Amino acid sequence: MFLGSLLLLGVQGESSQADASNPITLGFVIPLTGDIPKVGESSRHAAEMLREEIMAQGGLDIGGVKHNLRFIYEDNESKPESAVMAMLKLIERDRVLAIVGPQSSRQAVPAGQVANDNRTPMISPWSTNPDTTLNRPWVFRAAFLDPFQAPVAVDFAMEQFGATTAAVLFALANDYSKGLAEFFRSDFQAKNGAGSVVAYESYGDRDQDFSAQLTNIIRAQPDFIFLPNNYNEVALIVRQASDLGWTGPFMGADAWGSAELMTLCGDLCKGHYFSTHYAAAGATGATREFIEKYQAKYGYTPDDVAALTWDATRLVLEAIQSTGGLSGNPRNDRAAIRDAMAAIEEFEGITGNMRFDDEGDPIKCAVVVRISDAGEFEYTKSVCP
Amino acid sequence: MESLFQNIMNALQWGSFYSLIALGYCLVYGVLRLINFAHGDIFMVGAFIAYFTATFLMGMYTDFSFGLSNPMVLVLTIPITMILTAGVGVTIERVAYRPLRNKGAHRLYVVITALMCGLILQHANLAVLGASRRSFPDLVERSVYTIGGVTFTNLRVATIVAAFLVFAMLYTIISRTRIGMAMRAISYDRFAIPLMGIPVATIVVITFILGSSLAGLAGLLYSMSYPVLEPYMGAMIGWKAFIAAVVGGIGDIRGAFVGGFLLGFLEIMVVAFFPSTFRDLIAFSILLLILSIKPTGIFGMAQTTKI
Repeated sequence: MFLGSLLLLGVQGESSQADASNPITLGFVIPLTGDIPKVGESSRHAAEMLREEIMAQGGLDIGGVKHNLRFIYEDNESKPESAVMAMLKLIERDRVLAIVGPQSSRQAVPAGQVANDNRTPMISPWSTNPDTTLNRPWVFRAAFLDPFQAPVAVDFAMEQFGATTAAVLFALANDYSKGLAEFFRSDFQAKNGAGSVVAYESYGDRDQDFSAQLTNIIRAQPDFIFLPNNYNEVALIVRQASDLGWTGPFMGADAWGSAELMTLCGDLCKGHYFSTHYAAAGATGATREFIEKYQAKYGYTPDDVAALTWDATRLVLEAIQSTGGLSGNPRNDRAAIRDAMAAIEEFEGITGNMRFDDEGDPIKCAVVVRISDAGEFEYTKSVCP
Repeated sequence: MESLFQNIMNALQWGSFYSLIALGYCLVYGVLRLINFAHGDIFMVGAFIAYFTATFLMGMYTDFSFGLSNPMVLVLTIPITMILTAGVGVTIERVAYRPLRNKGAHRLYVVITALMCGLILQHANLAVLGASRRSFPDLVERSVYTIGGVTFTNLRVATIVAAFLVFAMLYTIISRTRIGMAMRAISYDRFAIPLMGIPVATIVVITFILGSSLAGLAGLLYSMSYPVLEPYMGAMIGWKAFIAAVVGGIGDIRGAFVGGFLLGFLEIMVVAFFPSTFRDLIAFSILLLILSIKPTGIFGMAQTTKI
């Protein structure tokens, strides 16, 4: 783990043509190891691609002066406590102006507290749990919220599967999974009557065997199973469910949408649906341009977390540009950047257009994708607030 | 009722893995009085060895294919994995434990060394292979059967049968062969035995070969059932298997075997009837209760002969 962070510290911007005496330093707190390493990898890829593009133009233009960009990537090991440590290190030692990340709500919720207490602007690209930004003026995000995502999944499943009953299996120690499961249950019961969620099962950290929970779920005979889980667990759950004789549909959520899902899950995941932030297959315009560049550079289709990181980082850089010039004093500059971020009302991202509310949350559309037989995430439907 | 039988089936499979790992703990402890805390990570290494062996035989790294069918690949993967994992175990014994033993170091230092070896294995894996998970290929066509409301797969049956077969073989080796007799003798009195002309070092190596090859087999079976491999997969299951071995009565392989299944049953049954948050709380409280009633474990006896 130390190795990882040491290696990453080596990845920093260098260029001679820009004003190098005063580089713009951003910190990234991302899961490069632990449960969801692909998420961290995609985040870093997207950020590096953006940095290289800006540096190729001579640097970031702030009030007519070109500045160097310096991105520091810190590994949060997919753990809440490591995310807090990484945040503190970036804020106090590296004196970053703003932080992009953490990605999963499990790390973003505690990290948001640190950012807010230390008056450092933070934007989480991928976190969907409301608590990340709630009552925290210094914290923003680029993704929609779970209270919006849950009804999208509910409505889609009711329409697509004609479902009147559902089962849920979620990760208890994961804020994202637990929160989304709760929103899903209350919304589904509101639309289908009390008791329509026939099984509501949980599992603990690092569990690999879900046979007891799945036995309970299958016995309850739901019309479909809702799985708001990380892609690595999805692969195991889907397989074990089929081992226990389950042949019905699954409905997933945005944490499914990693480039690694198909590697781990294979044929068993094909034909299932999940709600997510953007659909790579069949995108147009700026989104398509981004996908093609990314594909050419890294050799795989960017997943939602890559696209959201791109958007979130651009948001921060845009805010820095609109301050018109920085003083070099981190405290004042952070406050200026925070005010500039809060002032952004509308932003055209590659994951769709966003308008920001008072909490720093974007109001944007969600899409539902189907995993095709070729293993691609095909656009099926988009739902807008 | 149906789901009770289903959960018994689930518990038998889950318990099989605990038992296979607990047996390895037990063998080494019985002979050396050493708690080999690296054992869970040797299991993890076994899983990765199985992965690379299987994918290599399937022709993923070579320009030509070996032309083997998947079942054939499995037949070859089993012995290769067991041999290579045994090699890892023996290497650790040679590099880490034997020098300490020869210098007459206190047992505490050996245990700490074992813990360090486990951490080294985990992080060497992380450093060399990266954090991305590997997906174990499907070597056997999965078929799902339902008999009397109980659903099981061919793989699940094979795992349970394998655990029982391994136990039967091990029991025979220890109770019926000269090597087993030598093992029991060393366990009885390590200082008098060399005087009888028994090569202690050789017997210790054989013990590590047996224990580690079981870990390799467990790693292979585990990856077939739970095909997502990662560097930390052995840590938790290793700890729990060790606890199971102690509750069963460490030093007696019947104890390790029964303890593993006991823990598997407890974990599955708690989740079946209570919220999953209670799982470890209830399971380990029961184990604690068993130990407080019988401090030497279920099959344990007072410190005389063990293994």
